Formats: sequence, C-alpha cells, structure tokens
Amino acid sequence: MQFGIFTVGDVTTDPTTGRTPTENERIKATLAIAQKAEEVGLDVFATGEHHNPPFVPSSPTTTLGYIAARTENLILSTSTTLITTNDPVKIAEDYATLQHLADGRVDLMMGRGNTGPVYPWFGKDIRQGIPMAIENYALLHKLWREDVVDWEGKFRTPLQSFTATPRPLDGVPPFVWHGSIRSPEIAEQAAYYGDGFFHNNIFWPMEHTRKMVDLYRRRYAHYGHGTAEQAIVGLGGQVFMRKNSQDAVREFRPYFDNAPVYGHGPSLEDFTRETPLTVGSPQEVIERTLTFRDAVGDYQRQLFLMDHAGLPLKTVLEQLDILGEEVVPVLRKEFANLRPAGVPESAPVHPAVAAARVSGKES
Amino acid sequence: MFATTPLRVVAVSAGLSQPSSTRLLADRLAAATRERLTAEQDRAGRDDRDVEVRVIELRDLAVDIANHLVSGFPSAGLREAIDAVTEADGLIAVTPVFTASYSGLFKSFFDLIDHTALTGKPVVIAATGGTARHSLVLEHALRPLFAYLRAVTVPTSVYAASEDWGSSGDEYTEGLPSRIRRAGGELASAVLGRTVSGASRAPGLDDGEDAVVPFEQQLADLRLD
Repeated sequence: MQFGIFTVGDVTTDPTTGRTPTENERIKATLAIAQKAEEVGLDVFATGEHHNPPFVPSSPTTTLGYIAARTENLILSTSTTLITTNDPVKIAEDYATLQHLADGRVDLMMGRGNTGPVYPWFGKDIRQGIPMAIENYALLHKLWREDVVDWEGKFRTPLQSFTATPRPLDGVPPFVWHGSIRSPEIAEQAAYYGDGFFHNNIFWPMEHTRKMVDLYRRRYAHYGHGTAEQAIVGLGGQVFMRKNSQDAVREFRPYFDNAPVYGHGPSLEDFTRETPLTVGSPQEVIERTLTFRDAVGDYQRQLFLMDHAGLPLKTVLEQLDILGEEVVPVLRKEFANLRPAGVPESAPVHPAVAAARVSGKES
Repeated sequence: MFATTPLRVVAVSAGLSQPSSTRLLADRLAAATRERLTAEQDRAGRDDRDVEVRVIELRDLAVDIANHLVSGFPSAGLREAIDAVTEADGLIAVTPVFTASYSGLFKSFFDLIDHTALTGKPVVIAATGGTARHSLVLEHALRPLFAYLRAVTVPTSVYAASEDWGSSGDEYTEGLPSRIRRAGGELASAVLGRTVSGASRAPGLDDGEDAVVPFEQQLADLRLD
C-alpha cells in the first residue's frame, strides 16, 4: 500500500496568531513538506491545482519538478489536475516531461475543479464539465499511447499528424487516477479505462465514499480489467495527532473552527463522528484508518491532508514525523496482513521505478 | 391478498415558536388529508391503504440545516427528514410569513432538496401570519417555488391570519376550517390519482449501476466512439 500526503495549497491565516504567510513562504513550505514526506518514509506527495487566491499551486509541474530534483523515492502526483480547463495537449507534454525528470516517479489524478469562475476564466462552460472531462481525457489517453494523432472533438481545435513530445518515459504513460466526490460518471470513466479511482473522503460521510467506490469496483469488473476486488482505489483522509488525544483536540480546534470549507459549521466532535476526520492519538488514527478498509475493501493508496487551515510549517513537519514514525509503519503491516493474494499491493508504478526499487533492495 | 404499502403524508412546518400556529395549521391540514384519503378509498370500495402522517418541525433541524449549507452534507437526522419528504405520497408545506415571504428556514430546507426530487409530487402550500394582508405570499412566493421544483401544487392554498383562528368566515369568504377541508380534499384526490407513488427522483448513487450512463454512450454522445 502507498501512503502519502496531498495538499490544497491554501494560504490561510493562522487563527491562533493572526499571521498570514506570504505566497513565497507558502510555496517554500510546500517544498519543505514534500521533502519531509520523503524523509519520514512516505511514498506519495500530491499537490492540488488552483487558479485563484487564497491558493498558490497554479503551476503543479513547476513545483513537482523542483521536488523531483530534491527527492529520490517519492512518487509525485496531483490532487487534482484540471482535465476540464487545461488543454489535454499541455497536460500530455508537462507530465511526460516531469516523468523524464523524475525517472518515472509520476502519476496524476484527473479532476474537474471546484471553483466555478475558473471555467469562464479559461474560456470554458461549467455546464460542460463532465463532457469536457470525458473528451479531454480521451485525447490525453491517446496522445500518450499513439505517436501520431489525428483528432477532432468538441472542445479544442482539431489535430492532424500531431505528436506530443516528449514521449512518455520508456513508452509507458503515467498511471492516472480519476477523482470525484459525487459524480457516478467519473467512477464510470475510471472503470472504463481500468484507471484508478480516488475519493477525497474528507468532507462527506464514509457511507457516501463507500457507495462511490463500490460503483467503481463493479464497473471495473464489468469492463474486464479484473475482479472488483482488484480495482485500484485511493482514499483521502485528514488527521491531527498528539501523543495525548486531548492535546490534539485542544491544539487543532481553532484551526478546525476557522478552516476554509467547513469552518464555522459543524462542531469538531460532530465532524469527526460523521466524516473520516480523526483528531487524537496516533493509535486512534491507526484504528480509524483501518476502518476505511472495512468500508471500501482492500485499497492501494492512502493520502492524508496535513497542511491546511493555517497550521504553521513547524506543526505540519511534526505531524509528518508522527505519521511517518508511528502511524504508517503500523498501517503498512496491518493492511498487508489483511490483503488477500491477488489484490494489488499498490497502484502500478513505472517500470523504471520498480527496477530501481529492486536494485535498491539488492544492493 | 397483497400487502399494501401505506400512503405517506408528510407535513413540513417551519414555525418557530412553541406552540406554533404554523404547526397547528400543518396538523389540521394533515388531519383533513387523512380523513379524505380514508373516505375516498372507502367510497371507491378499494382495499384501504393505511394512511401514515408525519409532521417534520424544521425548528428541530435548524442547526443541521445550517451545517449542511456550510459543510455540504446532511446529518443523519436531516438526511432522514429529506428522505421522508422526497418519498412522501403527498406533501404539506407550511411556513410563517417573514418579511414579505416564506421564512429563511423554510427556504433553506427546500434548498437542500435535489431539484428533481419533488417532480410530480402533490403538494398543499400553506402559511400563517399576523394579518390577512400577507395572504398572497402563497401565490407570489410559495407557488413559484414549487412550480420550479415541478411539484403538482393543488389549487387551494391555505393562509391563516391570527384572526382566522377566532372567526368563521362571512358571506364572501369561507372560514378557515372549510378552506382546510377543501385543500385536504384536493391533496387526497391528487395522491390517489397519482399513477406512480413514492419518490420520482432522478437515478442517483443509491441506485448503484442503474445510475450510470455506460461509458460507450458517454463517448457516443460526444461522437468519440
């Protein structure tokens, strides 16, 4: 199983000090967080993509390219790449380039974005969100698999004899996830291609996540990629930990109460009960995370949101230490013991990455 | 003999005080509807379907409604109330008049219901207020709301001003009890005349694989097949 973190890249005032980081500080903090993820033994770092304040990650491959140069094992990913408003040709080029720079340590997650005005800002119509996600991905899929592409669709100018360069590393395209909170069409799309399905699993009750994953699994089997149990599933999650549960709750509460998206709404207690948020001791996080498997079956990737709502860098790095030292090693073992033979251990990695790992273990 | 499912009548009351005249009006409308549902079934010589009446007090759900607006998902209690409304055979919607319209709580609750979930559902609209001068709120605010939701709103809407609780009408206007009876009768007829009972919502995640448009179809719609 792969464990990692995903970031939204929000610039949020720390409610306990009233201090707001600069964009520069936030971007540099993101780099420090990614490098820490590698240092504490996590497998994946994923960044969101946003084109409006208070978010900084508008140019994910720039950031991931930097991180690629500063890390050796970390898989670089996205959460999500906007398949609606980005030109699929540019996505093909950017992420193939990143794949070469990172020696294959790249996969990415398609998403439609959650900010209405981004569509018109990029000359698109939000009402066409799903059709755009479907058509644009169909083109991206083709650009990475066929050297010379002729294309005509509804949403971009036609292509005749087009070759996206560079070609994917060793001819193997990056693995793709499709992320959606509530659109069955996207679960269907992931299943059709045999790609991964990721549920952000943060804002909604687990029961809802379970239904989306269940639909994806059944359709994955329907399209003949394997059994439902073999489908590639990723989940998000959100935790805050201290040695003592009460300390975690006390420290995290002001960040929760003022958090973007759900702040000023349900209480921390209601939200931890109804959604996968866990605030407590490392042991509580371990126990809660294992229950995700009860809901969605054996899955391949778990990403945690650790660096939002104005938490200072120092705290985030402490959280990553706890995650890497106390939580993930136990979860790796527990999930591995529970996983039946025949169910993939992780999302597919690039052959170059797999080869490097084998030689790394042998040396 | 086949076991039959009961007819479900749900009344939504947005009254805030306790006791509330809005709740009182909801109860009276529900009772009138039940009475007519039973009488109509007897008259038609049909095997009676039991009538289940449920009143949902939005006051009890006020915090859950606000939290759903902020967080994007309902608490278990609110989910259950929304399901009851969308699965009802007939709906009674009663609000106090606040600032020339339905109350914010009333609107917020209906804002959380999927816009296709009330399609074809028989509805009685009703309101309470301090003076009869607000009675057209039913026609200029509530009726368009339920028209947007494609519900089937019965012709009689019931407005109860404070004075209606202590008067019996005059030669020009029916009293409150007969207006309630008329609305209840119209709702009962609409419920019994419905060809499909229960929810008429669009397929959703709860329908599993029935909810998905097969991907080949999605590609074909874009002419990418």
